[in-house]
This record gives sequence, C-alpha cells and structure tokens, in this order.
Amino acid sequence: METIIQGKAYVLGKNIDTDQIIPAEHLVYSLSRPEEVKMYGKYALSGVPLPEGGLPEGNVPFVKDGAFESEYSIIVAGPNFGCGSSREHAPFSLKVAGAKAIIAESYARIFYRNCVDGGFVIPYETAEHLNRIVKTGDELKIDIGANTVENLTTETLYKLNPLGDVFSIVKAGGIFAYARQENLMAQG
Amino acid sequence: MEQTITQKILARAANRKFVDAGENVWLNVDILLTHDVCGPPTFDIFKEEFGPDAKVWDPEKVVVLPDHYIFTANEHAHRNIDLLRQFAGEQGLPNYYDVGTDRYKGVCHVALAEEGFNLPGTVLFGTDSHTCTSGAFGMFGTGIGNTDAAFILGTGKLWEKVPESMLFTFDGEMPEYLTAKDLILQILGDIGTDGATYRAMEFDGEAVFSLPMEERMTLTNMAIEAGGMNGIIAADSITEAYVRSKTTKPYEIFRSDPGARYHSKYRYNVRELEPVVAQPHSPDNRATVRSVQGTKITKSYIGSCTGGKLEDFMLAAKILKGRKVSVLTNIVPATVKVMQDLECETYQGETLKSIFENAGCSIALPSCAACLGGPADTVGRSVDNDIVVSTTNRNFPGRMGSKHAGVYLSSPLTAAASAVTGKLTDPRDFL
Ligand code: SF4
Repeated sequence: METIIQGKAYVLGKNIDTDQIIPAEHLVYSLSRPEEVKMYGKYALSGVPLPEGGLPEGNVPFVKDGAFESEYSIIVAGPNFGCGSSREHAPFSLKVAGAKAIIAESYARIFYRNCVDGGFVIPYETAEHLNRIVKTGDELKIDIGANTVENLTTETLYKLNPLGDVFSIVKAGGIFAYARQENLMAQG
Repeated sequence: MEQTITQKILARAANRKFVDAGENVWLNVDILLTHDVCGPPTFDIFKEEFGPDAKVWDPEKVVVLPDHYIFTANEHAHRNIDLLRQFAGEQGLPNYYDVGTDRYKGVCHVALAEEGFNLPGTVLFGTDSHTCTSGAFGMFGTGIGNTDAAFILGTGKLWEKVPESMLFTFDGEMPEYLTAKDLILQILGDIGTDGATYRAMEFDGEAVFSLPMEERMTLTNMAIEAGGMNGIIAADSITEAYVRSKTTKPYEIFRSDPGARYHSKYRYNVRELEPVVAQPHSPDNRATVRSVQGTKITKSYIGSCTGGKLEDFMLAAKILKGRKVSVLTNIVPATVKVMQDLECETYQGETLKSIFENAGCSIALPSCAACLGGPADTVGRSVDNDIVVSTTNRNFPGRMGSKHAGVYLSSPLTAAASAVTGKLTDPRDFL
C-alpha cells in the first residue's frame, strides 16, 4: 500500500449524497465490463449542482466534459459525505474517476464501509473544516503513517483522524484481502 | 450488564451474552437481501472472490427481490434481471421472485414483511439502505454495499460495529390527522440527516405501540435518513399476530433492559405534534404543513417502501373519497399484494381502487418507480421544474428525476389533500 497520496484537491460542501456522487439513472452500467466501467468515471459527482462543485469558486466539474477521468485525486468535503443509498457504485465511481482519498468531516455509515471493505478510496476524517480552507486545485499530500495532510500550495499541515479499527482492512486493500490474511474465510 | 434491544440481538448473532456499543463484532447473518441494482455486481464479486463454482453459504437465507427498474424499456435494466435469474438458477435459490412471473412481488422491504422473512430477534443485511425498515419487527436490519454482501454470500458472516442507541418515545394517543411519517419527519427536523450516524434509533411509547405494522415500518424505514444504522421497535402482540399470519418459523423476542445505556433520549407528546413536510432538498428540512400551506405543486406521488403500503393508501383514500385531484397524482403500490388489496379493501363501502380512479389518480404497476428517478421512461419521474409532494423518503436534488425539481416529503394524508387543491394543504382541512 502507498504511504503517500499526493494530488489536486476537489472541494465540496456538506451532505454530499450518493445520488449526487452517481445519479441513479447510471446504475444500469455493469461494474465489471471495462467499456461500461469507464462510464462510472465519466459520471462521477455529476449529480452535484454545478455551482456547488469545485469550491470555493464553484462551477468546476469533477470530470471534464468528454473525459472519463478526473484531474483531481483528493476530495475534500464537509460533514455527512456519502449519505443516502447503499450503492457501492458511489465509491466505485470515485475510484474509476481516479480519486485516491477523501477527507471529510464525517461520513454516512454505508458509504464509509463501502470505501473500506471494497478498498476503493481511503475515507479520512478530520476535525478541521478543511473544505472551507482548501481550494479546488490546491496540491495536497497525505502522509498515511503520520495521519496528516499537507497543503503544498499554501504550505500548511493539518491533522487527520487515525483510521483506527479499520486501518488493518484499508491496509490489506479490502475485506476479502483482510479476511484471507486473517484466515477468516476459506481460500477461494 | 443491561443492554438495549439492538445489543441483545447482536450479542445473540455473535454467540455472546453481552456486546458493548463501539465494539466490532462478527455476526452470523440470518437473511441477506438483494435486488436488481446491487444483486448483479454482488454476484460478480462473489464469483471473483470465492471462485466461479462457489456455492452460497445457505440458499434458504438469500432473498432476491427485483424491484428497482422493472417497467422500463432500458436494456441494461433488463440485463440486470437476466443476471439475477441466471444466478438464482445456478445456485438453486428458492427465494428468488422473478419479474414477469406470478412470483414477482415488488418493493423488497415491503415484500420481506409480506413473505414472512421478518422475524423478531434476527439479523438481516441488505444491499439497500432502507433495509432498516425491517427493524419494525423487533429485529436488526441494516444496509450494506456489494462487497460486504458478497462476503456474506460466501461466509454467512459480517463484521459490524455495535451501535450506541438513541431512544425516541412518543406518548399520547395518535390523532386522526397524524401519521408515522409525520413522527419521523419531526425527528429528522430535530436531529438532522447525520443526527444518528452509526447509531440505532429505538422507538418506544404508547403512540408507537398503537400503530399497525405498516405504520411502524414507516418509522424504521427512514432511520437511514438520519444516518442511523438501524431503526428498531420491540415486538409486541401486534407484531406477533402479523408474523404468525405469514410464517411458522421460530423467533425470539428481545426488549431493552430498563437500565440500558442510551446515547440520548427524546420524548414527544403526539397530541402536540402537527402534520409536517420535509422541504426541498433534504429530509431534515422540516416545516409544518400550515407554514408552507398554499405552495403550488405540479404532482402528487403516493408510493415507495415508505408510503406505498396498504395502510398508506387507506389514509390517502380517507381524503380522496368523493373528491377529485387537480394535479397529476401517481398511485404506486409497493407490491403486487398491495395492488391486489386496493381492489378488495374498502373505505366507506367503496374499494380503494375505485376511490382513486374516481378521483382521477393514475395507478401504476408495483415497483420502486420514480422514488429514485430511474430510467427516463419511469412512471411518475419528475421533469423540469416540477414541484412534487411525495410520500417517499428522499428529496435530494435529482432523486426523483429532474435536478431542477423540488420535492416535499409528506404523509399520505398531506399528499392526498395537496393533490386535491393543487397546493400544499394540511389534511386537517379535509378531515
Ligand atoms: S421504494 Fe425507493 S427507497 Fe424504497 S427500496 Fe425502492 S428505491 Fe429504495
């Protein structure tokens, strides 16, 4: 597992629900056929009302028109990220679009579990109101061992909450890898 | 050690006497539920991880209820149903309810209750966030993603963090104009969409235990709208009578100990509450119907696992009987059983179906339909700048279709009263 995640920030508000992360009409695409999988990248975060995407300015799409991947790899958001439906298509679409980590003030439970158990993106929590401080496009560097994120653009360092109990699952790369490692399931 | 009902059920599933809030425990799963949107990717992960010839841990315990994208011409949606059918065939799943056959049921959470899968004291996981609905039966039910579901398919187990519980007590006798939907919208307005994240929401009090099962299901259904892991109501004689009318399977009744620890406690007197709505675009954006009375609407929608049960239509019929709707009003029964009941259940001597038809409503076939928008040809989908009053559970931007539409979540009484006037209307004006 990587120990450093570096990339551009994409900043959002609070209560970003799964219908905004991947609108329901796109859930018909297969999650395993490559030519359809890329559609999840194309439509990642496409349900966010345009003025609320890419703060503080807004009107910045996460994925440019016609593209299948985002130039942003770290999502920064307020509280209750991923609320709403249980669709695993949500963290999946963020991963397909190229996101590596999310830094939010808090998460809805199912979304959080999906990120961790599916090994899609790392869901960091922070007590800082980072989505009011960081600007879309800032270069961020997350140090996984140290539980910190540095804003390289403004040269400021912030603390992230340790991943706690789920760190071992994140480190293994998901619940299956973890369960094999811990001998919790018959070898498939 | 004193425990809440949720702790006791999880302790049983973990083969323990006591589990404490905050502990991660491995649970034995009683039922795994999936549907057409999350079933196919779950089965893919299962095969990838356990091998192409792997068998599910217990075919009797896997319930597959296609319900989301059923009556649509969308080919990808049809392919999903084909994939469910194929998997159910390969695995010999007895509890697959195929589309286009007389086994088809409709919305999974309502069908689970109707088919006798909800049993007090058991643990249900489902690939749908409203799996918490089943908590109305004194059981643990919660939503998970496809990876977790695939893990259960292979092992019959899953880890979960034992939640802290919040207690919501409703005292008093329910007035005629108030419904379970008003109670849960009241709570949502008080605690917000993340007010119960990672916690159990336990409902208690005279008013709650006076409710029929379907109304109780409306309460637990929307626990997820507050971020709750599960909603739960201890089983009583009403629960037992319902369960016994569906199945002979054994179950075990748990109740919270008097000294159990709660994260917080809320107490309401239902006599002091009023009909409320959740205004666009969040289920916690509460207002009394009176305070927004007169807001023009373009559509009324009565359906979904929250508001498309027989009890919901009984409530709507009280207002629609002998009246005409003045906006497009979609009646979407949650299940085939509910649809059939509309034809035989009566209010003041007239069947519900005839009441709705005479009022000018349009009755759709049972499925999730426009509750979650769905493909472009979905019945009741909001378009352009629609203003919808809806008995569903979510009003995030775009949830019912158009990103520009505004959705007011309400009780079936309020949705029916508003359908008649074409404006948001307090049901007390008609009762
Ligand atoms: S009716 Fe709506 S909330 Fe209920 S399961 Fe279907 S889509 Fe989900």
